Amino acid sequence: MAVQPQTNQTSATGTEYIVRCKDVVKEYMMGTQVVRALNGVTLDIVRGEYLSIMGPSGSGKSTLFNMIGGLDKPTSGSVFINDVDMAQLDAQELAFLRCRTIGYIFQTFNLIPVMTALENVMLPMIFGGLSTDEAIDRGIELLKLVGLGERLHHKPNELSGGQQQRVAIARALANNPQIILADEPTGNLDLRTGKEIIELLRQLNKEQGVTIISATHDLKMVDVSDRIVWIRDGRIDRVEERAAVEVRVGDVEGTPG
Amino acid sequence: MRKDGRQVERLQLPFRVAFHISMQSVRIRFWRSVITAAGTVLGIAFLVSVLTAMMIQRNSGAITDPSERYRMTWLVIMSLLVCLVGITNAMLMSVTERYKEIGTMKCLGAYDIFIVELFFIESALVGLIASVIGWFLGVFAVVLIKLFSDGFKVFGWISLGEIFLYLILSIVIGTLLSVIATIIPAQVAARMPAAAALRVEV
Repeated sequence: MAVQPQTNQTSATGTEYIVRCKDVVKEYMMGTQVVRALNGVTLDIVRGEYLSIMGPSGSGKSTLFNMIGGLDKPTSGSVFINDVDMAQLDAQELAFLRCRTIGYIFQTFNLIPVMTALENVMLPMIFGGLSTDEAIDRGIELLKLVGLGERLHHKPNELSGGQQQRVAIARALANNPQIILADEPTGNLDLRTGKEIIELLRQLNKEQGVTIISATHDLKMVDVSDRIVWIRDGRIDRVEERAAVEVRVGDVEGTPG
Repeated sequence: MRKDGRQVERLQLPFRVAFHISMQSVRIRFWRSVITAAGTVLGIAFLVSVLTAMMIQRNSGAITDPSERYRMTWLVIMSLLVCLVGITNAMLMSVTERYKEIGTMKCLGAYDIFIVELFFIESALVGLIASVIGWFLGVFAVVLIKLFSDGFKVFGWISLGEIFLYLILSIVIGTLLSVIATIIPAQVAARMPAAAALRVEV
């Protein structure tokens, strides 16, 4: 059930790209005016990397993030996930992709309030066709993995923010996704809890080999990211590898957003 | 996937799971459910009170004016229509409150039809419970009023068999009313984009 196809095409250099954005342009209508949120973004994301998308609000960061996550379609240009053009997928295929290939983590945790921690983790597995017993076993295993083995039957409102985000991470991992998309995962958490969540994500990235793509302006993310993509005015401002970034954090601290 | 000739596996939401989610949803959002139910309760209570009053009058041997029957039928239909609009309004508000939850479900792989299913089960449940309450209130109110006006001989004019028939009629009409009122809200919910899950109120 949980086996993922590993038949990704490799590029000439031997690097496996899990997501490829090609000249992505996104325009919105604001009244009668056309607003260009993304202005030709080309970005290749390597399988297994931890990538952070940074930029001030209004930079197009969220728009790019939504494109990668199959939540929005570009006006022109294309986004490929596992070499499949997202524009070619119909609603059911997109739902399948969201269920099996991508795990989502949100700023506001977004647990289903009427379901317990375990039921929340089980839901994507039930959608994916797992039997209840299998889903319970795997759900417990995942909640233990994120350190919540003792809180299986708590409702979201009985959990702290950090605990809710851990449940959300367990839920994102439910169907062994290849990509985890995290939208400001630490945005609603205090400094220490945020750090713990980042460490957990990094650990999962290393141990399970899942690609993590995160939109954030939390500079704590900089330390763990393999690459940081800076977005400004709908374009990629610069892409930095981790080694280069560490020395530069000092300058960055003062930038807006 | 489809373009490569690869078969796309169908995702599923078993009825048992959908029913569980909907029931929990009614329980946890109790006051919201009460507001939705109020429409059905009042509509059914009015319908049953009219039926019960007509039955008591008939059994008491009093002569009924045939034009009265038409007037009452008209009133009952109008009241049920007003209830329909009331339930739709309450459900629409409930949908807008839950945009994040709906978006999240879609991010987890839910098809549009899953969302529709959840809302229909929920409204059928609320409609069912509301119908029983409405039936009870309708019978109770009329019997009480007749008790005051005619005394204990009222009990001789009540046919328990008919009262029971009203219960079945109430459940059918009330549940149907509630489900019909949810058609539009459920469609609105199903059209909610998955990206709604990421929206953050400022």
